[in-house]
Amino acid sequence: MYQFSGKLKTFSLALMLLGVLGIAYGFFSTPKTIEEAKEIIAHQSSHGDAHGTTHVTEESNAHGSNDHHESASGVHGSDTHVDKEMSAHGAHNDDSHAEHVLHQLQNRPWSALYVPLFFFLGLTLLVLAFYAAQRVAQSGWSIVIFRVFEAITANLVPTSIIMALIVIATAMHFNHLFSWMTPGTFDPASPNYDPIVDGKSWWINTPGWVIRSIVYLLLWNAYRWIIRKNSIKEDTANDGGKTYKFNYNASVVFLVVFMITETLMSWDWIMGLDPHWFSTLFGWYVLATLLVSALTVTALVTIYLRSKGFLPAVNDSHIHDLAKFMFGFSVFWTYLWFAQFMLIWYSNIPEEGTYFVARFTEYKLPFLAMVGMNFVFPILLLLNSDFKSKPWFVIIGGIVILAGHYIDVFIMVMPATVGGQWGFGIPEASALLLFVGIFIYATFSAFAKAKPIPEGNPFLEESEHFHYYNIEHSGESSDHH
Amino acid sequence: MESSKVIHALYNDDEILLDAVKAVKAKHHHIEEVFCPFPVHGLDKAMGLAPTRLAITAFMYGITGLSFAIWMTNYMMIQNWPQDIGGKPSFSWFENMPAFVPIMFELTVFFAAHLMVITFYMRSRIWPFKDAENPDPRTTDDHFLMEIPVHNNEEELTALLSATGAVEINVVDKH
Repeated sequence: MYQFSGKLKTFSLALMLLGVLGIAYGFFSTPKTIEEAKEIIAHQSSHGDAHGTTHVTEESNAHGSNDHHESASGVHGSDTHVDKEMSAHGAHNDDSHAEHVLHQLQNRPWSALYVPLFFFLGLTLLVLAFYAAQRVAQSGWSIVIFRVFEAITANLVPTSIIMALIVIATAMHFNHLFSWMTPGTFDPASPNYDPIVDGKSWWINTPGWVIRSIVYLLLWNAYRWIIRKNSIKEDTANDGGKTYKFNYNASVVFLVVFMITETLMSWDWIMGLDPHWFSTLFGWYVLATLLVSALTVTALVTIYLRSKGFLPAVNDSHIHDLAKFMFGFSVFWTYLWFAQFMLIWYSNIPEEGTYFVARFTEYKLPFLAMVGMNFVFPILLLLNSDFKSKPWFVIIGGIVILAGHYIDVFIMVMPATVGGQWGFGIPEASALLLFVGIFIYATFSAFAKAKPIPEGNPFLEESEHFHYYNIEHSGESSDHH
Repeated sequence: MESSKVIHALYNDDEILLDAVKAVKAKHHHIEEVFCPFPVHGLDKAMGLAPTRLAITAFMYGITGLSFAIWMTNYMMIQNWPQDIGGKPSFSWFENMPAFVPIMFELTVFFAAHLMVITFYMRSRIWPFKDAENPDPRTTDDHFLMEIPVHNNEEELTALLSATGAVEINVVDKH
């Protein structure tokens, strides 16, 4: 049995504490009034801060032409700068601009919390879905790491609770993350009335959004609770495979539920941040991002636990397979990312193009760095079969992939909530630390609660002898097969 | 010194063949060739064959294809005749790059796949109308054949091979 070491526990608790302190600081240092926001704007322009000035010139040139802007993005005109709140206020005078910036600044600590929350909730969910897929596919290789998958899914519980709290806080107008929740958006008599969003109000309305969010979380957690309980039961069941078959059927049902809820979740929690924009493959795209991250995290946790000697049955071929999945799904992510980007870039319909214009003008560095980190780097590092079975290569690749996909979620969320007022400072870093801490605590304490090998699984023997013909295992002679 | 005689040992099971190969290698006899009706997993390692470098050639062919696609799109669409086609920016290659990605991808795959296959044919000496080099037609159906050159050690080899479970042992002149 694995023992959750005191050192690791202290480390994760320290991360959480540091995270909470930093988040509190983030909320504390947010401007409360328009006057404070105006001061910050003045400060930004006088210092010629890149983000601040870009934003200001864009606002002032909203109806004029801007050569640099045209050539950079290929899209121009006022559509680029249509902002729900700005146009709702009507005028582009100083006060409405300051109010707009104030909302963005007030959103920053919330977004800083929301990005790693969604990232960790999502990757945990995808570990659960991948695990269900392994059961349904009756895969022979992955049985010895089933308990690693299960342990990681323990992170679903705390992240779901925090997500539920954020959902409720958002619905109660503690923040302005979702612009369609602005009072008056659906009221024709209000100056905030938005006919486009109103046309979608059958789907994006607060009660429906909250109910759906809670339903997704409940469904996922229900499967995770059932499968964990019955997987442990499988160890000692000895009932002619009855428990195993039950787990199989539960996983089949979950995969169907998962595919539907995952798509809806990506609309509600991410695409809803830009209620004027829509994309049909968005659900798949979010899935791909989270799936790569899920497999990377699984590989890293497996390598860690194996290095500590708790997974003696995991050999280099298992690591090789995980790395192959990391590689393959990195390419899959790139395919979907590019398919979405290129279709919108090519036809350049203004109502779709704004999404990438906002990202390409204000988030150019992370936007381009992400493609390098999520595609070029893994494809060059993990192409070689020998490299894929070397743990330290997988760790290096994994860290870059995880950072890249964190940036991906960052770029999905931030432009819609904080726009040009983004940065990676104390609020963002602390929120990330908080969720890393929660992840470590949840994963390793769950791993300590069950046998590290699922002894009752009928494919266990096959998994223990799993050997990919092409690679030689470390500490093994070449004629051993 | 080139041997003029070889031993053909026939087996009818791939597991027995694999053990026989290991036994012959343990006695430090050179195995000229093994003929099998289907791939036997682990045979290359048992015989001590060097790993293939075909994947490395494929990678280089892929890079060649990618370079060719970049050069072609840049030359045709940007340098030679930079027309305005439906408002797509043709001022520089990078501005219009997303439109070229599909052809870049396909040419990379095309070059990597086809040139690697041709490399395989050339290295394996396979082409249409080539005379088959099959010592015994049964090896394409249900028999495995191990070929060992003889250096005045015919009896010793015969004894060793019959001990490994060969169903038939023939000493033949090599043409």
